Amino acid sequence: MTQKNIVEIEKLSFGYDNRMLHKDINMVFPRGKVTAIMGGSGCGKTTILRLIGGQIKPKSGHVKVDDKIVHKQDRQGIYELRRKMGMLFQHGALFTDLSVFDNVAFPIREHTKLPESMIRDLVLMKLNAVGLRGAHKLMSTELSGGMARRVALARAIALDPDIIMYDEPFAGLDPISMAVICDLIRTLNDALGATSIIVTHDVEEAFSFADYIYFIADGVVAAEGTPKELSKSKLPFVHQFVHGEKDGPVPFHYNAPSYKKDIYEPVEL
Amino acid sequence: MNPIFKTLSSLGNQVTSRIWRLGSATRLFLLILIYSGESFRRIHLTIREIYFTGVMSLIIIIVSAFFVGMVLGLQGYYTLQKYGSSESIGVLVALSLLRELGPVVTALLFAGRAGTAITAEIGLMKATEQLSAMEMMAVSPIARIIGPRFWAGVISMPILASIFSMVGVMGGYLVAVPIIGVDHGAFWSQMNVNVDFRFDVINGLIKSFVFGVACTIIALYEGFDAPPTAEGVSRATTRTVVTSSLTVLGLDFILTSFMIAH
Amino acid sequence: MDKTTLDIWVGLFVAIGIAALMGLATKVGNLTSNTLGETYAVTANYENIGGLKPRAPVKSSGVVVGSIDNIKFDTKTYQAVVTLKIDKRYPFPKDTFANIYTSGLLGEQYISLEAGGDDQFLKEGDRISKTQDAVVLEKLISQFLYNKATEEPKK
Repeated sequence: MTQKNIVEIEKLSFGYDNRMLHKDINMVFPRGKVTAIMGGSGCGKTTILRLIGGQIKPKSGHVKVDDKIVHKQDRQGIYELRRKMGMLFQHGALFTDLSVFDNVAFPIREHTKLPESMIRDLVLMKLNAVGLRGAHKLMSTELSGGMARRVALARAIALDPDIIMYDEPFAGLDPISMAVICDLIRTLNDALGATSIIVTHDVEEAFSFADYIYFIADGVVAAEGTPKELSKSKLPFVHQFVHGEKDGPVPFHYNAPSYKKDIYEPVEL
Repeated sequence: MNPIFKTLSSLGNQVTSRIWRLGSATRLFLLILIYSGESFRRIHLTIREIYFTGVMSLIIIIVSAFFVGMVLGLQGYYTLQKYGSSESIGVLVALSLLRELGPVVTALLFAGRAGTAITAEIGLMKATEQLSAMEMMAVSPIARIIGPRFWAGVISMPILASIFSMVGVMGGYLVAVPIIGVDHGAFWSQMNVNVDFRFDVINGLIKSFVFGVACTIIALYEGFDAPPTAEGVSRATTRTVVTSSLTVLGLDFILTSFMIAH
Repeated sequence: MDKTTLDIWVGLFVAIGIAALMGLATKVGNLTSNTLGETYAVTANYENIGGLKPRAPVKSSGVVVGSIDNIKFDTKTYQAVVTLKIDKRYPFPKDTFANIYTSGLLGEQYISLEAGGDDQFLKEGDRISKTQDAVVLEKLISQFLYNKATEEPKK
């Protein structure tokens, strides 16, 4: 019997000595859906992906992937869980000493014993899915930002993972590349029958393809819902974020003493 | 009182942080050993790294060895001549190289050339999240990236040190016999009699092996531990050279006293 | 840099390294066929070995024919037992003299074998019975003083 939710986060708390990033968070990611995690910079969105992937351990609570608690797995267990995941890192993280072809072939060569002819077909298929089949001979250092990210995406789906995670996939891209990635996220998710989790702060893009959205602020889930529900939300934080307002629950001014005091009184600089 | 407290606390801080780093580096070393089985299954990666650390260092090693040998010949001759022992020049050159200069100078050059390259490469891979990506693909970066570089360094170092000693002796020969005029036969026969295979050649090899382990681990650790910024990586490469050099010289003393006492 | 070129360079590198090591061992060091070849071990007892050390050479007519393996002390006879390893190519008769000489004036000490006339040769494990101790400086001086003292009355 397959679980309805492929990833479940229950009462998760994580942080460093001086501050807690997440306090008692609960999130679920249903199979086959595209879920977005949004929030301001530095609120711990990427850390959630790392917690799911088992790269860091929570202080309390747990993350369950396919009904297995991630941080309680041994080396072999984590290995099997990670084989079901594909992750697209913020700037691609392609291996600089390998060509485009070898980068995409890497997970296949490492985890399967398929003959080279089959690997060649698989790699070209994956590259075709992201529209870069013609670029397979290039070195990864010769690619533009957008192209590199697409190759990294091809690499992430090389083994047909059940979970595809995206870490800020739109950061620093031109409008065309953004549209391409946007389209790919939805298409690949449905074509592979996978579950996608996207960490981003691009409102327009996220609202266009996500089935469900979580908002993180101050270490808790400030709001959640479908894009339709959230765009109508009256919550001040959601409103400020969605409409891109300069000032609101997230203040414009960094904590400082009175302005008048700073200007008029001699202060030690 | 304040500045005194400040210096004392910063001194204490430095000592504790260094000990902590030593512990971390040892942990990395143990991890490399644990994963060495996987590293050796991908033997071609190690061969590739031997090329980049060993073969690429050949030029600097050979040229340096030649000059060092020639200087030894020159300096040695003028000193020995005062005691009428100029025929022992061969012994002087050979023993200096085999016991000390070969392993130590090779290690210092290795740290500067190959060590910094390793640190920069690993640091950069960490900064661009390549190591993280590999982890998420369920491939151990220790087995695939760090391990091969370690074994390559450990294999390359004794080879480079032997080449250094041999080329140095030839450099010394070049200065002593054709140029200064020491007798060809005396040069080699005196050397032959006074250089012991087990004590001098083997001990030199042991030293270069130990230095290889030390320098490579330091280079790998500094790269692995570097903060993922441009400044962090560049400072890490400097630390590699400084720490490697001091460690090599310190280990040299410890090994030499151990070998002489034995 | 394709796979085969890489392999060739690395192979060359390792080969040069081994060649250098062999060069060092043979031309520079004293690893010759002597030490690598087959040897037979014999023992010799001495009252005083002076400064003789293990690995010191064993020579005959100035030519190195072997080396000292180890030096032990016999608590029954209170003598030093020196084990010599002689190259199998050089057989020595049973009545060979094994004397401790010094290289040059103040150099290192070694064992010199002077062949006797016996038609039986030394075998593995045999003991050389004819030995001459090392020259100890103190004994030499006391000998000299004694001789000088006994000379006086002749005046």
